[in-house]
Amino acid sequence: MTKKILTEHINVPGIETFDVYRQQGGYTAVEKALKTMTPDEIVEEVKKAGVRGRGGAGFPMGMKWSFLAKPEGVPRYLVCNADESEPGTFKDHYLMKHIPHLLIEGMIVSSFALGANKSFIYVRGELMYVIRILEKAIAEAKAKGFLGKNILGSGYDLELVVQPGGGAYICGEETALLESLEGKRGNPRNKPPFPAVKGLYQCPTVVNNVESIATTSWIINNGGDAYAAIGIGRSTGTKLISASGHMRKPGVYEIELGLPVEDFIYADEWCGGIRPGHKFKALVAGGSSVPILPANLALTLANGEKRLMSYESLSDGGFATGTMLGSGGFILFDETSCIVKNTWNFSRFYHHESCGQCSPCREGTGWMEKVLHRIEHGHGHQHDIDLLVDVSKKIEGNTICPLGDAAAWPVASAIRHFRDEFQWHIDHPTEATQPGAVYRGEMALV
Amino acid sequence: MEDTKPQLLTVTIDGIAVEVEPGTTILQAARKIGPDVAPPAMCYYQPLKGSGGKCRACLVRVAAGSTKDPRPMPKLVASCLTAVQDGMVVENTTNPQVVDARNGIVEFLLLNHPLDCPVCDQAGECDLQNFAFDHGKATTRYEEDRRTFEKKDIGPYIQLHMTRCILCYRCVYTADQITEKRVHGVLGRGDASEIGTYIEKAIDNDFSGNVIDVCPVGALTDKTYRFKNRVWFTKPVDAHRDCPTCSGKVTLWYRGDEVIRVTARKNEWNEVTEFICNTCRFETKKTSDWVIEGPTKVSRSSVISANKYRADLEKPSFGKRLAAAEYKPIHDERDTSQLSIQQLPPERFAKTLPSAVEPEP
Ligand SMILES: Cc1cc2nc3c(=O)[nH]c(=O)nc-3n(C[C@H](O)[C@H](O)[C@H](O)COP(=O)(O)O)c2cc1C
Ligand code: SF4
Ligand code: SF4
Ligand code: FES
Repeated sequence: MTKKILTEHINVPGIETFDVYRQQGGYTAVEKALKTMTPDEIVEEVKKAGVRGRGGAGFPMGMKWSFLAKPEGVPRYLVCNADESEPGTFKDHYLMKHIPHLLIEGMIVSSFALGANKSFIYVRGELMYVIRILEKAIAEAKAKGFLGKNILGSGYDLELVVQPGGGAYICGEETALLESLEGKRGNPRNKPPFPAVKGLYQCPTVVNNVESIATTSWIINNGGDAYAAIGIGRSTGTKLISASGHMRKPGVYEIELGLPVEDFIYADEWCGGIRPGHKFKALVAGGSSVPILPANLALTLANGEKRLMSYESLSDGGFATGTMLGSGGFILFDETSCIVKNTWNFSRFYHHESCGQCSPCREGTGWMEKVLHRIEHGHGHQHDIDLLVDVSKKIEGNTICPLGDAAAWPVASAIRHFRDEFQWHIDHPTEATQPGAVYRGEMALV
Repeated sequence: MEDTKPQLLTVTIDGIAVEVEPGTTILQAARKIGPDVAPPAMCYYQPLKGSGGKCRACLVRVAAGSTKDPRPMPKLVASCLTAVQDGMVVENTTNPQVVDARNGIVEFLLLNHPLDCPVCDQAGECDLQNFAFDHGKATTRYEEDRRTFEKKDIGPYIQLHMTRCILCYRCVYTADQITEKRVHGVLGRGDASEIGTYIEKAIDNDFSGNVIDVCPVGALTDKTYRFKNRVWFTKPVDAHRDCPTCSGKVTLWYRGDEVIRVTARKNEWNEVTEFICNTCRFETKKTSDWVIEGPTKVSRSSVISANKYRADLEKPSFGKRLAAAEYKPIHDERDTSQLSIQQLPPERFAKTLPSAVEPEP
C-alpha cells in the first residue's frame, strides 16, 4: 500500500462530520499553526514540502505564496479553486464530498499563513449538493470555534465563504474565476498583473486548487521535510488521480508520485488492468487538455525506461513523445476507441467552453471542431489533416489564457501519434462511418 | 542624463530605436516611430481604459526583454499591453513568426465574417479591411457555414449587424466609460457571443452614438446615414458648434453641399479624439448649424488618400521600413527627433512578407 495523505480516513463512517473528523486527528494542524507557528514559518514548511499546484499547471505552492504582495492596509485573499470541470478530472469533487473538513482545515491554515481574513471556496455551480456539504461543515467548524472571530483565542479571524460557480469551464481559469467571484462575466484577465499582485477586487490574492490546499494540514502536522520525502525528485508527495475509461476499476486513487504508469494501470491496487479481452491503445494522462499518447509511449519513455507518474517523467520527451501530469485526469482507451471521434469530442468541448474574448481561440476552436466533425462523418478532404495542424499552431501560444493551448494540444497530439487513423477516415469514408467502425490498421497496442 | 527629466527608456523595434517614457507600451512606442512599424490594433483603443489584449492582431516578438535581462520572451506578446523596458528589442514584421501569426489572426477574424463589404457602410474606413489588406491572404481555407445571428433592433439611431462584429469589446468599454449604467455588454460565450440587447436600454443616453465611431467594422453603423453613400465619395470637413452637451467638435461628411453624416474627429490611428453627443451626431445636419474650420486632415491609412488600395502596391520592404523613421506624410505632427536607425542584418527580416494576391500553395 502506498502512503495515503489525503484519503487515509476517507472511508471512516461519518468522516464528513466535525466530531468524527476531529476524532481522527482533524484540526490539530489548526491548533499547531495558530498556537505555535508564525505565518512565515508555515510558508517555509510548505516551501520545504515542495508541493506543486494540483490544479493543472504544477506551479510550486510555497513559491506562489511567497510571491504574494503585502502592501500595508490592503486586504489579501485566498481563493480555493473548486471549479473542477476538466473532462476526466473528478478528484476535488470526491474529496469535498467525502471529507469536507480536510479542505476547511487546509483553508484555515493556508489563510492564516497568507494573512487573509476572508477566504473563498469557488465551487463548480453544478455541484449544489457539495456546496451544501461544505456549508454544513463550515457551520460546524464555526460552532466549535475553528472559524469566525478570534479562532482558538489566537486573535486571528477568518470568514470562509462558499461561492457557487458560474457554470462554465473557463471559470476554473484563475483570473476568470476572480472575475466571476466579483460578480462579472467570467472572462480571463490579461496578465500581468498576476493575482499575487492584483487579484480579487484588485487586492493581492492566491488561487489554489482544492487538492493543493488539502495537503497543508498534513504538512503542518508532519513537517515539510516529511512531505518532501514522499514522491520522487521534484514531484513530491502524493497525487489524486481520477481514473476513467476502459479499465477494470475506474475511480479516484491517491498514489505516491513516482509510481510507474504500468503499475498504476495493471496492479490490482489501482486500475486493475484493461477491461478483459481488450488491449491498451491510448492514454490521456492528465485531463483532456494534455497531449494524448499511444500505449507504448504511455508506458515507456523514448529511451526505453519505464514512464512514471510524476511531473517530470510524464513530460519527458516534450510533446514529441511525452505529455503532462496536468490535473491527474487519467483516461484510458482500448482498441475499440476511435481517436478521431474522441478528438472531435474534446474539440467540441473546447469550442463550447471558449469564452470568446480572443480571436484565435474563439474562431479557431470552432473551426477545428467543424473540420473534425467532417472527418469523423466521412466528409474529410486530403488537406484537412494539415489544415488542423496549422490551425492548432496558430492558436497555440497566441491567446490570453491557456484554454487556447488546451484546445490545440489534444488535436495536434492526436494527429502526431495517430495520423494514419485520420487518413483512414478520409480515404475510406464509407467504411469509417459504419456504426462501431474503428481503425484496425497498424498500431502499437499493448 | 539630467535629473529633472524623467528617465527615458530606449526600445528598438524592427531595427529602429526610439526613446519613450516609462510605462509606454510597445504599440505606443512603435506608433511613435511611424505607421509602417506600428503593429495593427483591432481592439486596443487608446481613449478607452482597459481595452486591448483581445484581438491578438498586435502580437510581436520580444527578442530581448531588457538590457538587464536580455532573454527573449517565450511567446509572442500583445504589444498593446506590454510595457517597454530599457534596452528591449522588438521584432514586428521583421520576424516570420509574427508575420505568420498575424496572417492567422486575419484568417480567424474573417472566418465568420460575412464579407458583405459591397453593402456595408463601413467599407472604406474599416479597420478589418485595412488589416486584411496589409496582413492577410486573398484566399480562404474555411469551407463551413458562417455563423449567423437573430437580427436585433437597437433603436432609431444605431444599426447592429452582429455578423460583422469581431468582438473587440470597444463598444462595451465605450458604453461603460462614457455612458451610464451599462455593465454587461456581451452575452453568450465563445463564437456564440453577441453584443447584448442592453444597448437598447442605453440608447436614450446622450452619448450612445459613439459606439458607432469606435466600432472597427460595420457592426455598429449610423442609421441616419444608412445606405446613403460610400465613404470615398464623401468629403470630410472639420466643424464645430456651441453644444451644451459635448465639445461640439466634429467632422462633417459632405456629398455635394449636403451634410450626410456627422462623426467624431479621429486621429491617424482611427481613434476618436473627443466623443460627441447624439444631438450633434444625428440631429444637426445643416451647414448653417456649424462653424466650418476647413478640410479634415486625411490620414494615410484612409481609403480617401490616393493609391491606398492597388493590387500592385508595393509592400513594406526593408528600405521603406527604415525610411519610416524619417517618413512624414503631410500633416504628420510626429516628433521624430528621438528616433535612430540601426542597420539590421538582412536575415533578421521576414523572408515572406504578406502579399495581397498570394496564390494558395
Ligand atoms: C481553462 C482552464 C480551466 C481551469 N480549470 C481549473 C479547475 O477547474 N480547477 C483548478 O484547480 N484549476 C483550474 N485551472 C488552473 C488554474 O488557472 C490555476 O492554475 C490553479 O487553480 C492554481 O492552483 P494550483 O497552483 O493549486 O494548481 C484551469 C486553467 C485553465 C486555463
Ligand atoms: S484563450 Fe479562449 S478562453 Fe482564454 S481568454 Fe481567449 S477566448 Fe477566452
Ligand atoms: S460591435 Fe463593433 S465595437 Fe462592438 S464588439 Fe463588435 S466589432 Fe467591436
Ligand atoms: S490590439 Fe493588441 S490585442 Fe488587439
